[in-house]
Parts: sequence; structure tokens; C-alpha cells
Amino acid sequence: MTTVDAGRHARRPSGVSGWSGRTIVAVVVAIFVLFFVIPMVWLLLATTKSAHGLIVDHPFLPGSLGDLAANWDQLFGFQDGAVTAWVGNSALYAVGALIITIIASIPAGYAMALTEFRFRRSLLVLTLIVMLIPNTALVLPIFLELNVVGLIGSPLSVILPMSFFPFGVYLTYIYFSTSVPRDLLAAARLDGCTELQVFTRVALPLAAPVVALVAFFSFVQSWNNFFLPFVMLPSSDGYPVQVGLTSLLASTPAFNPSSAGAQSVQLPTLALATVISVLPVLIVFLFAQRFLVAGMTAGGTKE
Amino acid sequence: MTVMDEAARSAVIPRGRPAGRGDGGERSAMSYAFIALYAVLTIAFGILPALYAVYLAFTDGDGRFAGIANFTKVMGDFRFLPAVAHVALYLVMWLVALVVLVSFLAIVVHTVRVRWLSKTLRLVFYLPGALAGASSVLLWLFVLDPTASPVSGLLHLMGFSSFVQVIVPANLPPVFAVIAFWTGAGGWIVIMYGALNNISRDVIEAARIDGASTVQIAWRIQLPLLRKWISYMGIMSLAAGTQLFVEPQLLSQASNAVVPNDYSLNQLAYQYAFQQNDFNGAAAISLLLLVVALALSAVFVTRGGLFERG
Repeated sequence: MTTVDAGRHARRPSGVSGWSGRTIVAVVVAIFVLFFVIPMVWLLLATTKSAHGLIVDHPFLPGSLGDLAANWDQLFGFQDGAVTAWVGNSALYAVGALIITIIASIPAGYAMALTEFRFRRSLLVLTLIVMLIPNTALVLPIFLELNVVGLIGSPLSVILPMSFFPFGVYLTYIYFSTSVPRDLLAAARLDGCTELQVFTRVALPLAAPVVALVAFFSFVQSWNNFFLPFVMLPSSDGYPVQVGLTSLLASTPAFNPSSAGAQSVQLPTLALATVISVLPVLIVFLFAQRFLVAGMTAGGTKE
Repeated sequence: MTVMDEAARSAVIPRGRPAGRGDGGERSAMSYAFIALYAVLTIAFGILPALYAVYLAFTDGDGRFAGIANFTKVMGDFRFLPAVAHVALYLVMWLVALVVLVSFLAIVVHTVRVRWLSKTLRLVFYLPGALAGASSVLLWLFVLDPTASPVSGLLHLMGFSSFVQVIVPANLPPVFAVIAFWTGAGGWIVIMYGALNNISRDVIEAARIDGASTVQIAWRIQLPLLRKWISYMGIMSLAAGTQLFVEPQLLSQASNAVVPNDYSLNQLAYQYAFQQNDFNGAAAISLLLLVVALALSAVFVTRGGLFERG
């Protein structure tokens, strides 16, 4: 490849793509790299500083471990350990929704891809349409509905709506319809498998990759969901950490001067809270870039 | 490469009906069992709430039919048109930035031949996507506060010396556009990069031999082939952007209501439901937003041709 490339470079016509053009492009890209990197790096460094140091020290020098520990103590001491409870709530909601999502969407995607039933097509089109609707669009209507049945404030009011995840069904549908040959299922049937056995013995063992894919999207979406829990959960005890951040923000004198008092939160502590609120998703993201491409381009490669 | 890519690239199974559906009974009964839970969730959290919102939007507080009274009420609300204007302005800025910059950055990253560099660039662009919702807004509160900001020099240069100056209402659409771009662009860059990889090397090679420059290749070959993905991104982002809520909500809280708490349409719906206890008005606004999202989605599913339908 390298030799071919070298030849190609030599032949490349000059002009905008020549030396000066390339420099301009490189500078523009460098600016965007800074734009994306600076806030993240700064946020990480801010967690190691004191409130005073954050303002007077150089923004890109790390603070000290002592300050990090102090911020940590302040954060987890906030309202007698509210933050720990919020993180626990987030985990409960995201994992709960994840489990129900998998149980609901894997068989459904399988049935829509490889079996035949009366409303298959309608269900598929409905899934596609609902999948493209932003999930916030139905939050207030769902609130009004759950309000009637008295579920508001219960963890179920968050977990159940999050478990309705048409995108997961669509991913499963694409996976089964493109990578599991129908002949395989037919062979299993000839060997005397019942329909349930065809699914559990043939299809399910092949489904691991798509289970991981659906799990990734479901977890990230549920963990980051703000509007739904914000509306459904009136009490601070039930907040997931994303919503809990608003409580912390309201107690930060730097942004809300009326909040000065015993429970006030300093800026570096708020920065630490921000880091902790995204940590699980950040870790998942670090290892899942190709999942993102795979999921979003699924079914789209067909011209 | 990934499973789904391989899956999609491998021969697509003929769309025909599955063989042997004649021995139907047990088979379709089992199919219904497979879809049962999903169908229940679809009805409970997709169809029923939408229908209930329709019902509420066309009735009054006592459940009597109200015609379009709720719609005329919310649309006549002095906060409605400003909210529409806020969201529209934000959407225009964000979408233009998204389409232009994402295409540009994806093509540039794709031309980078040094493997580690291209990989690092993609990771750097994409990682902020992990900070969605409240977390990214909080981060940007720091960045936009001249006293603490890592780029306070830049903010001072632009004439801002306090947080309140930065978030005056006129600045909010670009501020929200920047936040949304910072969080969302990377994912799309990675996706476009993947799509660019699907363009046959032969095509690019042939163009080069014919003397096309990198810019010409980008403009004449890569961009047209990306069009499908760009419109996908545009539609998804447009639909999501109309829902603007968390950004103005947090800013409003952080600024002691310098940013009003009815800045966006979704906030206004929230105010109707929770401040005014007017569920009918809230349902009317939600329904308007839902219709927009549904229309965009339906047009895309039926006309876009991006998703194969069985």
C-alpha cells in the first residue's frame, strides 16, 4: 500500500489540495480537536482542585489528591449520602430497563424476522416509525397516562417506559433476517424441534452479538435519560444521578447565590459529580465505538 | 469488522414468505408468544399514551369535548410563539453546523492515512457523546462561566466578563447549538466515516487516475454518496431538537431565571402540566410536538429508503 500511496501523492494535482490547502485543513481540524478535548480534560482536572484553586490556578495544571479527596467527601456527604442513592437509582433503572428490554426485544425481533404471523408487517412499520420519534416526545403523554393508574413516583414509572425500546427490536430484526439462514431453522424443524426449541436451541445461541448491541444502546439511553425521570419522580429519594445533578446545581452558590449555607456545593465538587454521573457510560463508550457504527448503520447498507 | 456490518453485507435473505407456513397453527401461535411482551409495551407506552394525549387535547378539565379550544389557548399563549422562535433559531444553527461540519470532519478523517491518527481523531470526536443530557449542560456551564472557564481568555476577548452576560437570551440559540454539537457530532462523524469506508476503493482510484483532486473527490463522489446518511442525521436531529428541554431547564435554574423556564416548547408543556395543572393544555402542546416528530419519521420511513422493510 505504501508504495502505491507514494506514487499517488506525486501525481496529486496541486491547487486547494496542495500544501497550503492541507495546512488550512489541518489547522481547522486541530481547532476542532481542541474544541472537543478541552472541556473534557479541564473537567477531569477541575475535580482535583479546591474552589479557590479552580479560579486562580492555571486551568490545565492538576490540583492535588488532597483536594480531590475533599471534593469527594463533600460530594458524598451532600444531604447525607444522597449522591450514593442517586447512582444506585440510576443503576437500578438502567439495568432493570435493560433486562426487560432484552427479554422483550430479542424474541420479538426474531419472530418478526423469521416467522410469519398476521400483523408482522404492521408491527414492523410501527416499530420503524416509533423508533425514529425522539423518546422525549411521549414523556408527558406517558406521565398523564401513568398518573391515571397511580404509578407516578414508583421506580416502575421509569423502568417500564424505558423498556419500550423499538430500536432494540429493529436491531434484532435486522440481525436475524440477515445473518441466520432460514434453512437452518427449517433443518431444525425437520429434526423434530418445536417452534420454541428452534428459538432456544438454534436462534438464541447465535444471538449473543445482537444482545450486546441492544444492551449497549439501551443502557446508554436509560442512564442518560433526563426528561422521563425528571417528570415521573417527584421525590429526591428516587432521582437518578442525571436528575440529582439539578439538586446539586441548585445548591451551588456560584450559580445560585441564594443557596449559600451548610449544604452548599463548591464548583470542583459539582465537576466531580458531573464526572461520576457519566462514568459508567464513558467506560462503555470507550469500548463500544464500533457498536455505535454497527447499530446506527444496521440495515442502511442496502442500496 | 462488526457483526452487523458483516450481517448487512452478506447476501440479503430473499424477502419472500417463509417456507411452509401452511402448517400454521402452532407456528403462528408461537410467534404471538414471542412478540407478546413487546406488543404489550408498545401498546402501553407507545399507542395508549398517544391516544390519551389526543383525548386530553380535545377535551376540557371536566372531560367534555372542547374542539380545538386547547390548541387555540396554547397557541394564543404569549409564551408560545417566542418558544417556537427560540427552538426554530436553535435548530437552524445546530442543523447547519451539524451537516456542514460533520461531513467535512468525516471526510478529512477519512483521508488521513496514518492509522493511529485517524483512530485517535475519531475517538476524540466521539467521546463527548458519553456526556449526554444534564452532564454535558453542567460541563458547559463551567466552560461558559468566565470566572472558572478553561477558555476564560477567549470569553473575555469576546466581551464577556460574567456568566449572566454569556447567557443573555440572544446568545442562547448558539450556546445550545454548541452544546448539542459538542455532544452529538462525534457519533455522526464516526457513522459517516463508516459509510465512507463502504465506498468502493475502485471508484476513488478511478477518479484519481482521471486527475480528480481530493477536494473534487470529496465534492463529486463522497458527498453525494453520503447524502442518504446526511438526511438521516438531519431528520433525526431535527426531530430531537424540537424536544429541547434539559438545556434551557438547567440554565434557567443555574441563572436564577435569567433564562426563563418557558424558553422551549417542551418546557412550556411542562409548565402547563405542573405549574398550571392544565393537563389538557400540556397534552395539546405535546401532541403538536408529537405530530411533528411522527410526520418527520413517517416521511423518512416511507420515502427515505434507508431502512429495508420486510
